[in-house]
Amino acid sequence: MVTGFPADAGASAAADESLDTSEGLGADGQDAAYAAAAGTPDPELPMLTIADLGILRSVDVGAEGVVVTITPTYSGCPAMREIGADVRRRLVAAGFDRITVKTQLAPPWSTDWITDGGRRKLAEAGIAPPSPAPRRSGPVPVKLSTVPADSPRCPRCGSASTRETARFSATACKSLHRCEACGEPFEAVKAL
Amino acid sequence: MTEHDNPYDLLAEDQDGGHRWAFGTGFTDPLAGIDTSVPPGVDGAALARYCLALGDDALIYSHRLQEWLTRMPELEEETAIANIALDLLGQARMLLARAGGILGQSEDQLAFFRSESEFRNVRLAEHADRDFAELVGRLLIFSSWRLALFGLLSSAQDPVLAAIAAKGTNELAYHRDYAAQWVIRLGDGTELSHARMQAALDALWPLTAELFLPDGDELASVDRGSVDTVLDIVLAAAGLARPGGATLGAVSGRTGRDGVHTEAMGYILAELQSVARAHPDATW
Repeated sequence: MVTGFPADAGASAAADESLDTSEGLGADGQDAAYAAAAGTPDPELPMLTIADLGILRSVDVGAEGVVVTITPTYSGCPAMREIGADVRRRLVAAGFDRITVKTQLAPPWSTDWITDGGRRKLAEAGIAPPSPAPRRSGPVPVKLSTVPADSPRCPRCGSASTRETARFSATACKSLHRCEACGEPFEAVKAL
Repeated sequence: MTEHDNPYDLLAEDQDGGHRWAFGTGFTDPLAGIDTSVPPGVDGAALARYCLALGDDALIYSHRLQEWLTRMPELEEETAIANIALDLLGQARMLLARAGGILGQSEDQLAFFRSESEFRNVRLAEHADRDFAELVGRLLIFSSWRLALFGLLSSAQDPVLAAIAAKGTNELAYHRDYAAQWVIRLGDGTELSHARMQAALDALWPLTAELFLPDGDELASVDRGSVDTVLDIVLAAAGLARPGGATLGAVSGRTGRDGVHTEAMGYILAELQSVARAHPDATW
């Protein structure tokens, strides 16, 4: 079993035995399955793979074929079924025939699951990567300021002088900003 | 990049098993692969009724928000409301799937083939906003209450409900912040915007009592004081007064949670359900 993120490590121990029965493919099959699934591009942020985005929780090759576990970014993420079908198609192309795509809700995804490589790719594509997600315990304080405290840096010129123009952008996971220095509008992945 | 430069090709392409995007792919269960067995010590019937009520709140409210699309004052607010409605629809799907798994019905059967008296949403969810002030005022009240509730349900005994609630918490916090900032802008804006924001809260207030009524199936109950504390912080910043006065009563002791709804509900269901009922064998 290869996990998409260290936080998943606790759940991986029990599944490791299944590697020996992996359709006679052994560790090579496991690696091939992981590579095929992990390379699936996200439909809404196609410069990132689902592994970069941190929504691939695990890939197991065992007696029951390949089991891929993914988690939604948002409850209403409309891309989940498309991602599932893309993962399936890529695994079929890699020579696997018995494929199950599972959903996992807990622990919930946050932008902290986006890998360093994913953050770099976002910035290269002109989308500001998210700052660390707020840590919450107990009641969530209501934000009153209409000017957000944590403005992202402009991904084009690097200026910290940016202004939020809309709290929601073309997708639920992004907000819209404008750089005061270079004047360019840009999107940012919301820290959530 | 994907193998498909033209997304429309993908819609009609044969996925494995003869499924095509345009006609549904079979990957439709929002709880696919999740262990949905009811843990020992949990009353499955009560859990199903409760998930149904919370799912109905989200489904009906999401529909009401979707009605605003193409009618918002600015494009940015349109995308905001579309995304908020989408989050709530996602919560509704998971909650209805959780209830339906226990009741032996699909989420579609529950959403499209129940009659008005079988819906368990609070009446605040079905209210038709008459202006933008009512839209943001209702969103502030609803999301403040639901955020407090989901915070408690994140440690519910049923792991599926707990995971759905934990997942929704960040979303609801964002919805509440969006609403709070508009309530402050309008309340602390011009004389006219202040008056209309206050009038909106006054009109909505009678519908809030139902959120805090004790319910036999409740797995967690939100203390009204804790929600009012949050609202008071926002209203103070906005220069608005928290309304008081009479609340919308029960009808023969029954409320939205018992299937008694306002006149608005029938119109919502007519639009929500008519296509599914006209083509009961269709899949999407």
